[in-house]
Amino acid sequence: MSHRLSGNEAVAYAMKQINPDVMGAFPITPSTEIPEYFADYVANGEVNTEYVAVESEHSSMSVCIAAQAAGARSVCATSSCGLALMYELLYVAASCRLPITLACVNRALSGPININHDYSDSMGARDSGWIQIYAENNQEAYDNFLMAMPIGETPNVRLPVMACMDGFITSHAVENIELLETDAVRRFIGEYNPEHYLLKKENPLAVGPYDISPYYMEHKVLEAEAMKAAKARILEVAAAFEKISGRHYGLFEEYRMEDAELALVLMGSTAGTAKAAIDKLREDGVKAGLVKIRVFRPFPGEELARALAGTRAVAVMDKSEGFSANGGPLFAETCGALYGLKERPHLIDIVYGLGGRDVRVEDIEKVFGRLANIAATGETGPVYVHMGQRSREEIA
Amino acid sequence: MIHAKDINERTPWQDLTPGGEIYEPGTARLFNTGTWRTDTPIFHEEACKHCMLCVPFCPDSAIPVKDGKRLDFDYMHCKGCGVCKEVCPFPAITMVTGGAAK
Repeated sequence: MSHRLSGNEAVAYAMKQINPDVMGAFPITPSTEIPEYFADYVANGEVNTEYVAVESEHSSMSVCIAAQAAGARSVCATSSCGLALMYELLYVAASCRLPITLACVNRALSGPININHDYSDSMGARDSGWIQIYAENNQEAYDNFLMAMPIGETPNVRLPVMACMDGFITSHAVENIELLETDAVRRFIGEYNPEHYLLKKENPLAVGPYDISPYYMEHKVLEAEAMKAAKARILEVAAAFEKISGRHYGLFEEYRMEDAELALVLMGSTAGTAKAAIDKLREDGVKAGLVKIRVFRPFPGEELARALAGTRAVAVMDKSEGFSANGGPLFAETCGALYGLKERPHLIDIVYGLGGRDVRVEDIEKVFGRLANIAATGETGPVYVHMGQRSREEIA
Repeated sequence: MIHAKDINERTPWQDLTPGGEIYEPGTARLFNTGTWRTDTPIFHEEACKHCMLCVPFCPDSAIPVKDGKRLDFDYMHCKGCGVCKEVCPFPAITMVTGGAAK
């Protein structure tokens, strides 16, 4: 079915089609519309979800954890400081191996307070043990949310999934979208049948017990192995999803990378802008390409190294700062991934778009201009720079 | 499905449960937490009237009862808090310094 929906409407609609058992609901811009739209479905009797309106995001995630441990499928939505307030519980959800699904509508973290898009919220949670999948547009936001449960609920994975989209850019912009029939969604998602859950009376269960040091490390190894196993499962689910939707998904998307010498690595809606710039540059004979990271956790390091092996210069574009004084989080991951290559491309990091600062086709073209210069001279120049800020100095 | 009694500090990570889930109740009984004790209650049976006041006050269920009579302390689980000694109306419980029951 063809429709026109905003990203938030699309994800709320995906939730309606899934008909989850429990929603932990608390509003925060720009994710507020998701629990709002969903509240309509509950009020209209279109779903039979237990809609739990709570007093904070700490509580909404707590509701999801308790519900999922009891054997219910639970969902949640949040942004920015809301995700930050969930922080403690994010780790509890992942370490208790509870496959909750969270729609994260990315927004800059305070302070200074700002409501627009960057990835500082979910990047702060990148080590929490959640699978993180990022969408470029509304269609991907919808599709990724539908794929989240079959990934997270698989017995050898059993990890929560954060389905991320860009605040306002994706969440509030209305786009054409292809929706699946609800029956097809239900068949694809299936029933949630965990082997162990609190309400299973034959099987008394304790969840989240205290773990002393002779055991904690083994449980963390189990969790790390689950995250490794998630990679193959994400691809399996993507293949199954392609059969019912006709839409192809991988760990990342390669755009005009076959013979690319200059490449970008970035995430989310900026990919659309980058594709436009690349098409333009290709007309001028520039061998430009893009790797759009879709799955950030588990990070597709080996696959990314293969995709970038033939390039000469790569710019990683980080839409969150990270304050490592050594580049943003996507840059750190990409560096780590490429280190094993015998011949590595030159690599730079460009932090851009913080707090919703616009990035235009011309900005991306400028980045490729710098990459062309690096490839020609072999001189990388400053490795870690910011883009789009006012400065007294000329910006590289 | 692995039982708590079959898990110990030599169990490899592959055999542990996801998230440390425990698939049965009452497993705290298996753990020797008496080693945490720095003071130890001593039971003087001859002075005990078996009034049972100490039993519900014990925060660790470390006072076993059989046929209406309290038995000696379960030192595997007693933390030596001394609450039993405080509530005992008779000179049936005294405390000694140190973790060992003398």
